[in-house]
Amino acid sequence: MENQAKKQTLMNRFFYTSDQIIEKPFNWAQMWRLLKYLKPYRKNLLPLSFLTVMISAAIRLTVPILIGVYALDKAIAGRDMNLLAILISVISGLYLVNYVSNVLRIRWMNKLGQHVIYDLRQHLFTHVQRLSHRFFDERSAGSILVRIMNDINSLQELFTSGVINLLMDILLLFGIIVILFSLSPELTIAIMVTLPVMFFISTNLRRKIRRSWQKVRLKQSKLNSHLNESIQGIRVTQAFTQEKENMMYFEGVNSENFEAWREATKKNATFRPLVEMTNAVGTAILIWYGTSLIINETITIGVFVSFAFYLGMFWEPISRLGQVYNQLLMGMASSERIFEFLDEKPSVADKEDAVKIKELKGRIEFEQVEFSYDGNRKALHSISFEVPAGTSLALVGHTGSGKTTIANLISRFYDATGGTVKVDGIPITDISLSDLRSQISIVLQDTFIFSGTIMENIRFGRPNAADEEVIEAAKAVGADSFISALPNGYATEVEERGNVLSAGERQLISFARALLADPRILILDEATASIDTETEVKIQAALKTLLHGRTAIMIAHRLSTIRDADKILVLDHGRKIEEGNHQELIEKRGMYYELVKAQYQMFQRN
Amino acid sequence: MSKFFPLMEFIGNICLVALLSFGGWLVMQNSLKPGELVAFFSLVNYLMWPIMNLGYVINLFSQAKASGERLLEILDAKEEITDSGHAVKNGRLNGDVVFSDVSLQYTKENAEALHGVSFQAERGKTIGLIGATGSGKSSIIQLLSRFYEPTSGRIMIDGKPLEHYSLKMLRSNIGVVPQESFLFSSTIRSNISYGNPDASMEEIIESAKRAQAHDFIMELPNQYDTMLGERGLGLSGGQKQRIAIARAICLNPGILILDDSTSAVDMETEHRIQLALREVMRDRTTFIIAHRISSLKHADEILVLDKGVVKERGTHEQLLEENGLYKRIFDLQYKDQNVLNEPHFAG
Repeated sequence: MENQAKKQTLMNRFFYTSDQIIEKPFNWAQMWRLLKYLKPYRKNLLPLSFLTVMISAAIRLTVPILIGVYALDKAIAGRDMNLLAILISVISGLYLVNYVSNVLRIRWMNKLGQHVIYDLRQHLFTHVQRLSHRFFDERSAGSILVRIMNDINSLQELFTSGVINLLMDILLLFGIIVILFSLSPELTIAIMVTLPVMFFISTNLRRKIRRSWQKVRLKQSKLNSHLNESIQGIRVTQAFTQEKENMMYFEGVNSENFEAWREATKKNATFRPLVEMTNAVGTAILIWYGTSLIINETITIGVFVSFAFYLGMFWEPISRLGQVYNQLLMGMASSERIFEFLDEKPSVADKEDAVKIKELKGRIEFEQVEFSYDGNRKALHSISFEVPAGTSLALVGHTGSGKTTIANLISRFYDATGGTVKVDGIPITDISLSDLRSQISIVLQDTFIFSGTIMENIRFGRPNAADEEVIEAAKAVGADSFISALPNGYATEVEERGNVLSAGERQLISFARALLADPRILILDEATASIDTETEVKIQAALKTLLHGRTAIMIAHRLSTIRDADKILVLDHGRKIEEGNHQELIEKRGMYYELVKAQYQMFQRN
Repeated sequence: MSKFFPLMEFIGNICLVALLSFGGWLVMQNSLKPGELVAFFSLVNYLMWPIMNLGYVINLFSQAKASGERLLEILDAKEEITDSGHAVKNGRLNGDVVFSDVSLQYTKENAEALHGVSFQAERGKTIGLIGATGSGKSSIIQLLSRFYEPTSGRIMIDGKPLEHYSLKMLRSNIGVVPQESFLFSSTIRSNISYGNPDASMEEIIESAKRAQAHDFIMELPNQYDTMLGERGLGLSGGQKQRIAIARAICLNPGILILDDSTSAVDMETEHRIQLALREVMRDRTTFIIAHRISSLKHADEILVLDKGVVKERGTHEQLLEENGLYKRIFDLQYKDQNVLNEPHFAG
């Protein structure tokens, strides 16, 4: 009992968002929008696929008649060896054509589907890259990834097999019914009695089965999330000896998954026998009623055989139609989520008549700038200041005081909700975004290293820079010595979470990156993470090189950096408290003085 | 797959053609009745399915075999560090730590990560570890929690070698605040009580208060029930670090390890955390890994590491007098602080 209770509490240990693929009612407008992605292929892959579909369907429809009505009734019953030989070669020929067309159909349809998925993913990624920071504030990276990967993948089947199979199946169904009626209307009607049953099974039961598989997928995604997190956090788990507890949690998630599987396979297993049953009923009717018709001489044995063939072919399209219908419904849900992203407009966008500026001087002005991230709480209250070109401004204040917000507004990751931000006297909303950002470099506290070589990582600052220029920049910030000491030098592969580089070395890489970009305005979020002392010295020196002749906005933590700034802005809860240089502010004995004193005391006293 | 199905269909169709030609000929020769030929058509169908399925199953089987081999590779990996049969499973550790001549080499290809490290830390004492990246600071911590075994030398806690205690007991007596604060997708409450799921709400709040996390937690919409992780709200680096500190305190461990754990907070918060931690550290053995001298200058003994070797040791004052590596680090960092030795601060 106690164990059971413990397990209950443990099952509430972690929470994961489930990536739920829900069905949506069919929506024509949305379907039409999806089908537009087929448009680029309307001259090659699309008609080719259709052609092969038509060929396969036509052959499948003709052969049973050739076998039943012609081969059995005419050739064999009439003992006509020649006719039989001709028929056999015709049928063989048709089957050969069918084989080739099937191979081509599957190849072309896959290609078409892959192309559409590729286009869609490319489109979505390009669009998401352009979206503003606000979009990313509201969503986790995981949920964006899910849309770019999973939702698009779930459309893949719809495009590779769904759309074209739909056509094939409709062709086959109508073809079969028409042929059967022309062969023997009575027998056709008798057999069609099973049709409603088939239909019921394919729609109703299929839906239930689909839902239970959906549940399996949800459970699997929970299992995956947990696996992912437990491996990432394994060091913490082992240090806190929670292996047993986590195993119990895993057991819980695992058994949920198992149960869902069991449920789904159980439902799935009822499907085939029911299909066989209806098929058997159809065959029974065929034999019972068919033989009496043969005895009556209403139909021939050949017609009977053709009927048997067609009956065997009848089930497949109906069953597949149910499947395509499923794919459609799920595709609706995925495409709705994809289109939601595609319809998202960047909140920061160029004006129609945005000014093109090739060379900025770098004077920055804030005029009573206000800002709010959520439209509710103000992150900045009426901030005004001016930074002359080529000088530096240090932003000082606690976490949440608005330092980062000011930096974000200068790069125009957000637009101010009040007041004006100007660069060189021009409101930045009037300047073309790419021109503005190409003149601004941002050196983040937590330098993001892309997977690739060190050379490529530095070159990120200016993609067309030559190798020599990259090395030149690395030398200028003092990064060359440690890079050259690495086994592969500049060709060393680094990655986001790799251990090749220390925090300080990453910082130097980002300095080199910024120097290479040669911006007029530099935004620097100084690292707080402790850096070993040797590197620290290099960073201080590199900073001087980097700042030389540029306008710099620094979110500074080191006293030496702050002191050297031409101007210091002390912020608190989004308000400007003090402004001036180090000497002036110390003499003022205000908040800056207190802040510096606190640090000083931490060091000296206690 | 794309080759498989058309081929199977084609083979089935060839069977039909063969049946039609040979069967038709037999009927004409009167050695087969037309009805029997009709029956054969159905029978061939029954034969086709199992053959098609067989090909499919063989395909599945070879895929499963490859997966199985990869699984076995992981299942066969050995747990290198295990409890001995008579390890002590329960109890509190006092926290007297002794390293004697400890060396560690992670793999044969690598150079030694630690070489001949010795020190002694009594309960309530604080040991500071300083040195560049790769100097061996973290290796000492890894050895203490027995994530690795030393290549040579002895490590003892409370006078007994580490193997004397079960891994569970050892690790639940060591509170680690890792450099990168990894938090789980769960509530703040369960994250703090991660190592001690039976902790009461009072204990959790107490731990949070000591880690200077209580105030910001109370400002969150759902306070201690706020979700973290992928669906939860993002905390700043400093806030995460404080929760990680609370998590370690919540264990009420005999040994506390702070691995560069106040690096992501602003200067005032670091100061507050340090003051609060001093209280927590009073009756525990504490290891502080840091780059900032201000973080560890009050340690009872500071080990200055360089390439796996203890270069200098002593208190802050002793090390300054020694005028070596530590003094150099100090000068570099202290140059900032000299700014403050101006008349304004003289009082």
